[in-house]
Parts: sequence; C-alpha cells; structure tokens
Amino acid sequence: MIEVEGVSKSFGPTKALVDVDMSVPIGTIQGLLGPNGAGKTTLVRILATLLAPDAGRARIAGIDVRQDPNTVRSLIGLAGQYAAVDETLTGRENLVMVGRLYRLASPLAKTRAEEALERLGLVEAADRPVKTYSGGMRRRLDLGASLVGRPRVLILDEPTTGLDPRTRLDMWAFIRDLVAQGTTVLLTTQYLEEADQLADHIVVIDRGKVIAAGTSDELKSRLGSDLIEVEVAESDLDRTTAVLSDVGCGKATIDEVRARITIPVCDPVPDLMAALRVLDKAGITPKDLGLRRPSLDDVFLALTGRTTGDEDSDAPPTTGRRSRQRAGTPA
Amino acid sequence: MSVTPTSPTSPTTPTSPTTPAASTAPTASGAPSPADAMTPIQSVRVPRSAIFVDAMVIAKRNLIRIARTPQLLVFATIQPVMFVLLFRYVFGGSINVPGISYVDYLIPGIIVQTVVFGATSTAVGLSQDMSNGIIDRFRSLPMSRSAVLAGRTIADLVRNVFVVLLMVVVGTAVGFRFHNGFIPAVVAIFVALLLGYCLSWVFALIGLSVPDPESAQLAGFLPIFPLVFASSVFTSVKSMPGWLQAFAKVQPITRAANAVRALTEGGPIATDLTWTILWSLAILAVFAPLAVRRYRKG
Ligand SMILES: Nc1ncnc2c1ncn2[C@@H]1O[C@H](COP(=O)(O)OP(=O)(O)O)[C@@H](O)[C@H]1O
Ligand SMILES: [Mg+2]
Repeated sequence: MIEVEGVSKSFGPTKALVDVDMSVPIGTIQGLLGPNGAGKTTLVRILATLLAPDAGRARIAGIDVRQDPNTVRSLIGLAGQYAAVDETLTGRENLVMVGRLYRLASPLAKTRAEEALERLGLVEAADRPVKTYSGGMRRRLDLGASLVGRPRVLILDEPTTGLDPRTRLDMWAFIRDLVAQGTTVLLTTQYLEEADQLADHIVVIDRGKVIAAGTSDELKSRLGSDLIEVEVAESDLDRTTAVLSDVGCGKATIDEVRARITIPVCDPVPDLMAALRVLDKAGITPKDLGLRRPSLDDVFLALTGRTTGDEDSDAPPTTGRRSRQRAGTPA
Repeated sequence: MSVTPTSPTSPTTPTSPTTPAASTAPTASGAPSPADAMTPIQSVRVPRSAIFVDAMVIAKRNLIRIARTPQLLVFATIQPVMFVLLFRYVFGGSINVPGISYVDYLIPGIIVQTVVFGATSTAVGLSQDMSNGIIDRFRSLPMSRSAVLAGRTIADLVRNVFVVLLMVVVGTAVGFRFHNGFIPAVVAIFVALLLGYCLSWVFALIGLSVPDPESAQLAGFLPIFPLVFASSVFTSVKSMPGWLQAFAKVQPITRAANAVRALTEGGPIATDLTWTILWSLAILAVFAPLAVRRYRKG
C-alpha cells in the first residue's frame, strides 16, 4: 500500500534521508522508529506530498506521490507531529471544514464530523474553541481531522509524543481499531515500546538511514536471545561483573549508574541457574535479578551503539508549535 | 464527487480473508496486490468549480476567526482613526491644498491608506497559518491549490469593507462630506477596495516567504511605508522635491487617492481611475501567480 524506493532528501548539508526503502502491505501498521532528527518527519512529508524527494520514488496504493499528488491526497489522512487545527474555530467547525475540503457535501461533512467527535470522545468539547483544549484533546482532534476523509492510508507522525500514559493507551487502542477495519497505517515514533506494541513491521532509521527492518520479534532476535539482568549494590558491581564473566553467550552490558549488568544468554534456564550459583558462591546478594526478553531499546543499542536518548536531550515538544524552519507564535 | 475514492459507502478498502496473504507478498515489484486490484483507484482531479467552493470554505474559516477576535479589528481601525485625528487637527492646519477643504482632501486619502494597511494583514494571517501547521494540513488535502490564498484574500477584503465603511463614518464625524453624488461615492469605495484586494496578493507572497508572523508584519510594512507617505494621501505631491515627485505622481497609491478624491469630491476622474484599475490588475496579474507558485512549492 505504501512503497518507498531509494528515497533521499537533503536540506543543504543535512542528509535527512539517504536511500530509504520501505514497503507497507495493506491493512498493516508500519512503525518508523528513530530518535529525534532521524528523518521521520521528512519521510512523512514526502509521503503526504508536502515535500519532493531529491531521488527515489514513493507510491501510495500504486500512485506516485510526485506524478499524481492530488490522487494521493485523496487517499491519505495525515496527523502531523504538531496538531494542525485552527485555534479559534471549535472542534466541530474544524472537522466540518476539513470534510468540506475533502469535497464532501455539507450535510455529509457534518455527519462525518459528528462521527469523528464521538469516536474520539470530543462530543462535549465539540462546540468550544480549540484554544480551550488540552494537548491531548488537540491531538485527538487532529487525528479526527485526518479521518473525516475516510483515508485508506493513515500517516501518523509521532501521534503520542507528549501525551500522558493514559491518553497514549487510548490512542493505541484507537489506532488498532482503525487497522482492524482495513486502514493501512504508517506511524512514526521515538518510543520503542510503541513500535513494539503497535507495529506489524518496523523500520528503524537513524540519521536518515535505515539501519534495521523487520517485525518486532525479528529485530529482537538479532540479539539472539533473552537477557539476564542483575542489579547489585554499587560496591558489588565490579566483583559481580567479574564472577559473571563466564555466564551467558555474549558481551555483557554494564550500566554503572544503576549498577546493573545485562547478559545475553543462549540457554535461558541453565544460564540463569549458573548465574545464581556463581553469585551465591561469591556471597553476592543481588538487589534484583531476572530473565527478560530484549526490548527494542536493546536492539537500538546493539544497532547503533547508542541509546535513543544519546542524540540530544529531546525536550518534549510544546503543543501546537512546529519546529521546522519556523518558531512563530501560534495564531 | 463520484470520482473520489473516499466515497461514503466505502470507508476503507474492504479487508478480505486473503489480505494477510497479500500482506506477505512482496510488493517491491510494483505490481498491485490483490487487495489493491479489487478497488481500482481512479485518478482524482481537482475540478474547476472546486477552487470556488474551497475558497469559500477557507474564507468562511478566516471570517469566523476575524469575528471571534474583535480586538484585532479594533486595533486595525484605531490606527487609521489616529491618522485622521492627527492630520485633521494637528498637522492639517499647516497643510495647504488648493481648491478643497483639507478634511475633504484627507479622508479619501485615508480611505486608500486604510485598505492598503488592511491588505498587510494577509501576510500576517498566512504566516500564522504556516507557523502553526494548518497550511500543511491544507496542502495534504485534495483541495484546490489556489483556494487557501483566494479564501484568505477574500476574507481580508470583507474585513477591509468593514474598516473602510467605519472610516467613512469617522470621516463624516470630523467634517468630511461626499460632494459628488451617491454613485461616484460607491465607485470610489469599490476602487479603493479593488486596490486593497490586489495588494493582498503581494502580501500573500510576503507572508508565505518569511519565517514567522513577526517578520511578516515588518516585511509587510516596509514596502508600504514609502508608498503611502510619498503619495498624495496626506498632501499634494507638488510640495515634494522633484525627484520624489516623479515617483509620487505615478505610483498606484497616489493614483488611487486621486481617483477616490475626484470621485467623492469632483474634478477630472478618467486618468486617475484608469491608472488605478490598471495598476491593480497589473499587481494582481503578477503577484497572484507568484504567490500560488510559492504556495505550491511549500
Ligand atoms: N525544512 C528543513 N530545513 C532544513 N533542515 C531540515 C528541514 N527539515 C528537517 N531538517 C533536518 O533534517 C533532519 C531530519 O529531520 P526530521 O525529518 O524532522 O527528523 P525527525 O522527524 O525524525 O525528528 C534533521 O537534522 C533536521 O534538522
Ligand atoms: Mg519529526
């Protein structure tokens, strides 16, 4: 449903995307995972016909985004990284306006607006100006606006960044629901957990390059195995590292701040027992010890040698403000 | 529209039991998957009529904004009112224009000045829309590319109608009178609004080209300032030095001020009126395509 072949895009010296490939089957959720500045929004903008790639092709439902942008626009719904709704208009007016711009007759636009308000739990706030909405409500309204055209392909750029955990769970449920009805979703995120939870297939990008692609399980299996995680008193850290050096089948990761050692294992149960034995013999009692499946954080660390937070401090975006090029006052 | 694949009866592509199989089939070859083939996608053109409907939707949105932020309208009128008071009561006494009372000379000029300043709000408004991302939403919709700009300029025109009528009221309160009959007076207002509307497209281009609304405000006023002050808005250009006169005599704002003055107060109309209309249409013909191109480019 979405096909991206060899897409590159530079902004002056910044290579925002380098030879990116991606293919999203119909009715699935594609996760596009990467830290801030990885190029996620750039790819989203190319797919949404807002930006022309320097090289490569992008197609939605077989239609080239450059050759026939208008048809592509009629197939997609876009909810950008920052809620693109009119502050002065009410929620309902915003949705009706977008419906009208999708060429819906006025009564139909109103019905669709009503539907979207109901689905997103905005009925009570529907007739209030958007400037009185909370960040989460704006996001929901923005998502609603992308739905009034009943798009086949929904493009969501960091739909839950800056949302509180509960609203995030609601958003996830909502997205799953849409896909169950046949919509194809491309979802960008900085949250490994989000991609893990939602996406059928994940593409990891870093500095404009695809560094991994596959299902969540495939990516996890790149680490080969489960992990033993041991947390000890700080004073015991070095000794623990030493005694555990023969356990498992890979290089241990040591988090000195939290005094935590993570060891990849091949035979989970025997390895865990071995770990227990050597710790007991050395007289070390861990604060915490367990076996866990690798998280996508581990994957990212393994792929890039950095954690996702390394790039920058990644301040949560202030609502309604777009960082690209401009930092103007919201209307 | 029947060609739109997002028709009410088919919310999304129907999911068939074969979809999971289709999902795993390689799609890189470019061959449409079975599910795609079931619901062929028709090319969607923006019909000609769409520009009008879309522009009206956008204009309505902008007018609602104007109506809900009356303080902006108040600020927009305070400035010309200050000019009226300043020139009527402070400078007016020392400005000598032959053959006409100064207040009757001034108010037609103020009307032109008002529509020109009013046109700058197009730049600020568009720039705000760019900053808060709503332009991106519009650009991602299957709507007419010119409609966002057309809707904006139309809304600003409506706003200008209000402000101009208010200035006529204020002018009348300080002694201005129409001396040339009703029809020419109406034509005068129309001519001023025409110039304002066409200038809105210049400001549309500016608004799309600057990084933020603050710059839009400044960039809008920079070209306007010399045009308004080196003109016959406040005083006769004859009192200006020769080099300035040469510019002041022919530029659109002088022509418009003269035309409005002749229409409301009497005197030879044809030349200035023709020039005002020509200037307006020329500005529109140059800047509307430039602004639309700029909008398309993103
Ligand atoms: N319009 C632009 N002009 C210049 N640089 C840009 C522009 N848009 C994005 N970039 C740069 O391209 C890179 C990728 O940005 P982006 O796609 O927004 O990343 P993400 O959405 O993953 O955080 C960043 O380094 C960013 O600074
Ligand atoms: Mg982004």
